[in-house]
Amino acid sequence: MRVLVHIEHETGVIEDTAFELIAIARSLGGEVEALVMGAEPEALAGQLGAADRVVAIADPALETYLPDAHGVALQAAIRERNPDLVLLSYSTAGLDMAAPAAHACGLPLICHAVELRQDGSALDVRSQTYGGKLVASSRVPIPAIAMATPGAARAEDGRLDGIRPVETVALPPGSAGAIRLVESLAPETGGVDLTQAERIVCAGRAIGGTDKLAVVEELAGLLKAEVAGSRPVIDAGWLPKSRQVGKSGVTVKPRLYLMAGVSGAPEHLEGMRDSELIVALNTDESAPIFAKAHYGAVCDMFDVLPKLAARLKDS
Amino acid sequence: MKIAVTLRLTPDLTEELELTEDGRDIDREWIGLVLNEFDDQALEQAVLLKEAAGAEVTALAIDGEGVERLLRTALARGADAVRRIPADDAPSSARALTPLYAAAVREIGADLVLAGVLATDDLHGELAPFLAAELGWRQASAVSDVRIEDGDVVVRQEYSGGRAAQLALTLPAVVGLQTASQPPRYVAGSKLRDLLKVEVPEMAVDAAPAATGIEPATLALPDRGAGAEMIEGSADQIAERLHAILVERDMA
Ligand SMILES: Cc1cc2nc3c(=O)[nH]c(=O)nc-3n(C[C@H](O)[C@H](O)[C@H](O)COP(=O)(O)OP(=O)(O)OC[C@H]3O[C@@H](n4cnc5c(N)ncnc54)[C@H](O)[C@@H]3O)c2cc1C
Repeated sequence: MRVLVHIEHETGVIEDTAFELIAIARSLGGEVEALVMGAEPEALAGQLGAADRVVAIADPALETYLPDAHGVALQAAIRERNPDLVLLSYSTAGLDMAAPAAHACGLPLICHAVELRQDGSALDVRSQTYGGKLVASSRVPIPAIAMATPGAARAEDGRLDGIRPVETVALPPGSAGAIRLVESLAPETGGVDLTQAERIVCAGRAIGGTDKLAVVEELAGLLKAEVAGSRPVIDAGWLPKSRQVGKSGVTVKPRLYLMAGVSGAPEHLEGMRDSELIVALNTDESAPIFAKAHYGAVCDMFDVLPKLAARLKDS
Repeated sequence: MKIAVTLRLTPDLTEELELTEDGRDIDREWIGLVLNEFDDQALEQAVLLKEAAGAEVTALAIDGEGVERLLRTALARGADAVRRIPADDAPSSARALTPLYAAAVREIGADLVLAGVLATDDLHGELAPFLAAELGWRQASAVSDVRIEDGDVVVRQEYSGGRAAQLALTLPAVVGLQTASQPPRYVAGSKLRDLLKVEVPEMAVDAAPAATGIEPATLALPDRGAGAEMIEGSADQIAERLHAILVERDMA
């Protein structure tokens, strides 16, 4: 089994999720090829010692991420290297590139994978589905493409410095141009850095509006905690983007993460799963967050949070 | 400009999901269906574009239970036209349905398609990138703002860690929408009632579902493993225990 792993990097830094993919590829027992694209991708090769080989696509058009150029580069690499399995991370680039590659190369695509095992000429893949409420087991014939959920393996198991042979693949001419970068945008900071917070109280969609936020803000004040929100809370304009935790927000690792009215979708877990103490309140006993939290209670947050605040005030 | 927006119904995840006996699907008999939350955002973005730049918006959905009502809601929200696409034994995966959507998009003559970035019950890849591949158009996913500028579509694409970029795509293009530039508007019940009698036209397309190459998965409830230690009791008792936990850890 030969696995081609797509290595995502940003301004010269390889993403942890890329090392996770290498770890998954290694666990399958075959050969691992690390595919790295960029203006000068060879510069990153020394960090990819856990792979057997580095496949580099160097082109000025690949300097910053563009869905069209990077997508075509991936397809060129698949055609040239002919792997049994292509691994991508469930990220924006993964979303952009996996389906067109599957379409162009006629390969099956399995997404939201959290566990892959080879069984003869097929893979047994477990995926998260229905917002993390169910697990799906699929039998996927190889060759195939899989998109793995961040956190499916440990980045440490795929991280190793070392020089490996580098093969090059050329970007086919005419791959870029239909999509242009207008401007790169840095994260909105808005005066708060949740990554440094020791304690966080996170409100989910169930908070329902800014008028109800007072409940969470009061509690956060008493706990000397920062207030955070899940994506729907930010999308609705109830909290600023700088307070969004998760896949498209920040990744936090506080000593306390107290969350109320958050279901625990994989995209939210991605941003807080390494918190030291996770306490979750939710009215739905089947909410996926209860699989991840350390303490949970099936309750109405609007009943319990004020009562907890009152106790904190008294103590 | 002509914009097509694709709408899908997905199970209401705030309800408890039960499985069919063979574990191949969830029990759909009683489960509530809601508009896929990202398609909801795509619909809003389409209407916002129409209001800002002028466009004709057509909402498309594969026919099925609840689809007429769904498409009437789209009209109430500002879509100019709606079409339900008949499909026998419709498979649920976006990849399988892509040829049907693509045929409909061509027939409408759309230059821009907005689709929700994902549907949480689909394991075989997302609609926007498959549709773009099938049509041979440009595509960007995980987008949270769309504008039309000098004939290009300019999107805000989001990445991990809160980073983002403005990308300009030449038309025709498909956008996988995460969030509209404004929250979806509220539609008054009276407006919906007015539309109750409006016919939702069918649009038969000359296309068959594609193969995904993967047999349907077997579903199961997740293994909770150790899971959370659950605190039982009244609201008072829960608050008391939470307080004790925080005190134990020097956080209260
Ligand atoms: C590409 C991509 C990126 C994403 N990035 C992020 C991200 O960065 N961060 C993020 O959070 N999400 C992200 N999402 C969205 C994610 O998939 C979920 O939709 C989101 O996390 C759900 O937020 P929620 O849990 O607050 O809402 P819901 O899933 O709607 O959950 C609300 C919960 O509140 C419970 N509830 C209701 N009433 C009460 C009450 N009175 N008391 C207590 N509990 C109650 C319900 O049982 C339910 O479990 C992303 C999605 C995609 C596709």
